[in-house]
Amino acid sequence: MTTAEAQDSIISEFSLLDGDMEMTVFYLIELGQKLPALSDQDRVEENEVKGCQSKVWLTARLENDKMQFSADSNTAITKGLVSLLIRIFSEQQPDDVLNADLYFMKKIGMERFIGTQRSNGFAAMIKQIKFYALAYKTQLAAN
Amino acid sequence: MTTLASSTLDIKKIRKQFPVLQQIVNGKPLIYFDNAATNQKPQRVINALTTYYSEYNANIHRGIHTLAEKATKAYEETRHSMQAFINAKYAEEIIFTRGVTESINLVASSYGRTFLKEGDEVIVSGLEHHSNIVPWQMVCEEKKAILRVIPITDVGEIEVESFSKLLSHRTKLVAVNHASNSLGTINPIKEIIIKAHEVGAVVLIDGAQAAAHIDIDVQELGCDFYCISSHKMYGPTGTGILYGKKELLEKMPPYMGGGEMIKEVTFAKTTYNDLPYKFEAGTPNIADVVALNEAILFINELGKENIVAHELELLSYATNKLKDLPAVKLVGTAKNKVSVQSFVVEGIHHFDIGQMLDTRGIAVRTGHHCTQPLMDRFGIEGTVRASFAIYNTKEEIDEMAEALKRVISFMKKK
Repeated sequence: MTTAEAQDSIISEFSLLDGDMEMTVFYLIELGQKLPALSDQDRVEENEVKGCQSKVWLTARLENDKMQFSADSNTAITKGLVSLLIRIFSEQQPDDVLNADLYFMKKIGMERFIGTQRSNGFAAMIKQIKFYALAYKTQLAAN
Repeated sequence: MTTLASSTLDIKKIRKQFPVLQQIVNGKPLIYFDNAATNQKPQRVINALTTYYSEYNANIHRGIHTLAEKATKAYEETRHSMQAFINAKYAEEIIFTRGVTESINLVASSYGRTFLKEGDEVIVSGLEHHSNIVPWQMVCEEKKAILRVIPITDVGEIEVESFSKLLSHRTKLVAVNHASNSLGTINPIKEIIIKAHEVGAVVLIDGAQAAAHIDIDVQELGCDFYCISSHKMYGPTGTGILYGKKELLEKMPPYMGGGEMIKEVTFAKTTYNDLPYKFEAGTPNIADVVALNEAILFINELGKENIVAHELELLSYATNKLKDLPAVKLVGTAKNKVSVQSFVVEGIHHFDIGQMLDTRGIAVRTGHHCTQPLMDRFGIEGTVRASFAIYNTKEEIDEMAEALKRVISFMKKK
């Protein structure tokens, strides 16, 4: 699945909620609850995404040349938000992560309810994901 | 008596005066419970701003033309209204600032840096907003003075006994709030002022949360400084006052230099203007000060005792509703409170609660409310805070309780 296909599938799921804000947030929380919790050893400061109002921990590894992301948060809604990013970016090659164009936020009405403060945090999560991808791309090139 | 007083106000009619409340947020009628952060403005305050700019905008005090006269008169009228509002003895005891934060910084900087010496002590309470902590930390650090903190009880009240023990001949200044922004506790400031004066300390009261909710009489209280923000009393943002006893203000050096605050300037020496202008350097926030007068009139016309009666009725209604909800734990249950109720929901982060209430058009505040030491005292990161104003209703509280119930049952079903 490409990053665009993953986004389209998210958009189609959210479209069933018909723009109902409360249902959208509840659904987001459910998605977050399905995301496996990070272990205590990963919930450390060096894995924290800076710039989020809530605490977000993000780790990445490369398996068979594909990126695998894991994340956790101390708040349920943010965990739901980061679970969407993981769905889009995991199983992708570093280059595809770096080149991905994210358009799903607008389409699921997320920009309306994540607010400026959370938007900044959301941007920080995306930046961190791309930063990991760049690091692994460099590592792959060196090999 | 509470019921009788509150029934005299027609809340529906009052609500209509607030244009911002007539809107739909996220598909629901807005329920605004973030009044301790800032409350909404009645049309007459908004009109005063536009009238000022459309009809008599001019720089004040030294203009000799008609508009300058009119603007000066309106600006000084607010000073007199504020004098009456807090029963200050002299109009020149009212200094216009940008709000409570600037008022406290003015005193910390001007009074603190002039009169504090090494080894002197400044006392604040564990209930203070960062604005009433940080300026004192800064001046204490500079003057090598010591900052002492009055502990707080489990219900969120100042430990008056402990305060008495902290007082000594070294105590030079005591700075406490009239009411806590996070918990709503009304502090026994009269008692605090009397005790502080017995050891010769001056007392500053942060009245940010009191101005719209508690009757203020600075002469009766005997406080040396009292600070108010306009935007927390239905007035515009960006202005407020510092009340100071005349004899103290006269001893204090200016806080900022510039226009308005001078008597005569030569390159050799500048002599300063009289009170209150000595502390109002530069062109002040004329429009907002002028409009603040309408906010004072709004409160006066409704009658503070009627406002308080309505708000306390809302508070007790909300507190009862909240405490019956599963997993909700009230934070701050002092006997005397303004209309603020903080709470946490076990197992659900306050950010999630706030955001989920927002999806139903309900505005509450979440976080540490700029009182991190207080949150540490209760061993929590933050709370959800609902704070009520004159235009709020029991039906709105029912809506909030219902929304919370839904959120809690959704989050707990896993």
